[in-house]
Amino acid sequence: MKKYFQIIINIIMALITLCALVPFLLLVITSISSNDSIIRLGYSLIPKDFTLEAYAYIWKEKMQIFNAYGITVCVTAIGTIIAIIMTLLYAYVLAKPSFPGKSFFSFYIFFTMLFNGGLVPTYIMYTNYLHIKNTILALIIPGLLLNAFNVILVRTYIQNNVPASLTEAAKIDGAGEFKIFARVVLPMAKPIIATVGLFIGVAYWNDWQNGLYYITDNRLYSTQQLLNNMMKNIQYLSSNSASAISSSAIANIPQATVRMAIAVIGILPILLIYPFVQKYFVKGIALGAVKG
Amino acid sequence: MAAFKKKLIKYMPLYIMLLPGFLYILVNNYIPMAGIIIAFKNLDFRKGILKSDWAGFSNFEFLFKSPDAFRITRNTILYNLVFILATMIFSVLVAILLSEIRSKKCIKLYQTVILLPFMISYVIVSYLAYAFLSSETGFLNGILKSLGLHTVSWYTEPKYWPAILIFINVWKGLGYSAIIYLASILGIDQELYEAAAIDGTGKLKQIIYITLPLIKPTIITMLLLQVGRIFYSDFGLFYQVPLNSGALMDVTNTIDTYVFRGLMTLGDISMSSAAGVYQSIVGFILVMLANWFTRKYSSENALF
Repeated sequence: MKKYFQIIINIIMALITLCALVPFLLLVITSISSNDSIIRLGYSLIPKDFTLEAYAYIWKEKMQIFNAYGITVCVTAIGTIIAIIMTLLYAYVLAKPSFPGKSFFSFYIFFTMLFNGGLVPTYIMYTNYLHIKNTILALIIPGLLLNAFNVILVRTYIQNNVPASLTEAAKIDGAGEFKIFARVVLPMAKPIIATVGLFIGVAYWNDWQNGLYYITDNRLYSTQQLLNNMMKNIQYLSSNSASAISSSAIANIPQATVRMAIAVIGILPILLIYPFVQKYFVKGIALGAVKG
Repeated sequence: MAAFKKKLIKYMPLYIMLLPGFLYILVNNYIPMAGIIIAFKNLDFRKGILKSDWAGFSNFEFLFKSPDAFRITRNTILYNLVFILATMIFSVLVAILLSEIRSKKCIKLYQTVILLPFMISYVIVSYLAYAFLSSETGFLNGILKSLGLHTVSWYTEPKYWPAILIFINVWKGLGYSAIIYLASILGIDQELYEAAAIDGTGKLKQIIYITLPLIKPTIITMLLLQVGRIFYSDFGLFYQVPLNSGALMDVTNTIDTYVFRGLMTLGDISMSSAAGVYQSIVGFILVMLANWFTRKYSSENALF
C-alpha cells in the first residue's frame, strides 16, 4: 500500500516536473536541428536531424551576441557588487538596536514597498534630468541597486545570527564601526550574502526592462535586449509573411534555429550555474517566507 | 547641544554607512513619487515640470472617459485574482506531494526543475511560448495537424489568451511558492502525523486535518501579500509573451502595459501618467487594507 502510494505521487511529480522542463527541451532541440526540417515540419521534441549550423552561423557572423554578452557580464558583475555593498551597509545599521533614527530609516526604505511614483516620473527623471539614456549606467542604476525586501532579509539575518556581544567586544577592543563591519559582520553574514547576491545577480542578468526603457544604441544592448529586439524583427517578418513575400527571404538565414540558438546562449550561464547554487535560492525563498 | 554633538560624532560612521542607500532611495524612489504631479500638468518640456501649466483633473477625466480605463482595470484585477488562486492551489498541492515523497534525491530533483522557470526572464519565456504557438512552425499546431485538426493562429485569437497567460503564470511561479509552502509543511511537528497514523487516520485525512490547518497562516500571509499587489500586473508577462499583438490587446492590456505604451510608443504622457498615478494610489490603498486585515488576523505576519 505504502509502496504504491510512493509510486503514484512520484509519477504525478515527475509529470509536473516534465511540464516545467519540456519548453527548455524544445528550445535546445530546435537550436540543434536544421533550419529546413523546422520550416517543413515545425518545432518538435523529437530531433529530426542534428546540426550545429545555427551556432556556426552565430559564430561566423560574429553577431552582436558577443558584444551583448560582454555588456551583460559587466553590468551583472558591477551592479551586483555595488548592490550587495549598499544592501549590507544599510541593513547592518538597521540591525543595531541602539541606533538613533533607526525607526525613521527603517520606514524610509520600507515605504518604497508601499508606494511608488510609477514609470512616467521615473523615466522622465532618468532621461531628462540625469541624462543616463544610452549610457551603461542606465543598465545598472534604475530600480536594481537597492530594494527594501533584501534589506529586511539581511537585517533580520544579522539580528539573529551576529551576536551583539561580539560586536560589543570588538568595540571595547577599539575597533571602529567600519572595522567591525568588515571583520566581524561580513564573515558571519556570508550565507545571506550568497543568497541575496544570487538573487540580485540573476535580476541583473535577466533584466530587459531598463534596456527597453533607456537604451536605443545597439552597441549597448544586453543579451536580453538583443533577444527582445530579435523577437520584434520576427514579428515584423511574420506579419509580412501573410502577404507572401517572404518565406524564401527568411529562409536565407536560418531564422527559426538561430533565434532559438541565441536564446539558448542567453540562458546557458543560468542553466549551468543553477544546479550548483539552487540550494541558496531555496534557502533564500524559504527565509523570505518566514518574514514576508 | 553638546550632548547632541557628541552623539552625532559617535554615530557618524553609521550615518556614513547609510548614506549611499539613503541617496539612492531618494533619487530612485522618492523624487519620482513627487513626480506624480506630472499627471496634474500639461507637461511641456520647454517649460520644465514645475513651470508647466496645471491641468487639474483633466488628464484623469480623459482617461476615465476612454474605454481603456475599464478594460485595463478589469484585466489587471481579474488576471491577478485568477493567478493568485491558481498558483496557490497548485503550489500547495505540489508542496504536499513533495513532503510525502520519501526519497531525498527525488525531492531535490523535482524542486530544482520546477524552480527553473522562475530563474529565466520573460524575454526567454516569450521565445519558449513562441516555439509552442507560432502559427506556421509552432509545436501546438504541429500536434493539431498530425491529429488532422485545423491549426490555430494563436497570436491573433484573443479567446485563447486568458488560458495561455494563466498557464504561463502558474508555470513560472509554481516552484517559488511551492518551496515556501514546503518549508512551512516541514516545520510541522512530525509527532502529530505519527499519532494520527497510530489512530488509523489515512493520508488524505491527515492532509485535511493536520497539514492544511497548520499551513493556513502561511497561505493567508501569501494571499494577503499578493492581494495587496493586485493593482500591479506583471509587465513582462503581458508585454512580452503576447508579442505586442494588436489583435490581442483587449485581453492582454493591463495598467502597466498601458502606461508603458502611452509613454514610449504613443507619446501620450498625460494619459500615461494619469494611469500611473491611478495605479499608485489605488495600489497604496490596497496594500494598506491588506496589511490591516493581516494585522487583525495574525499580527506577527503583518508587514508593519
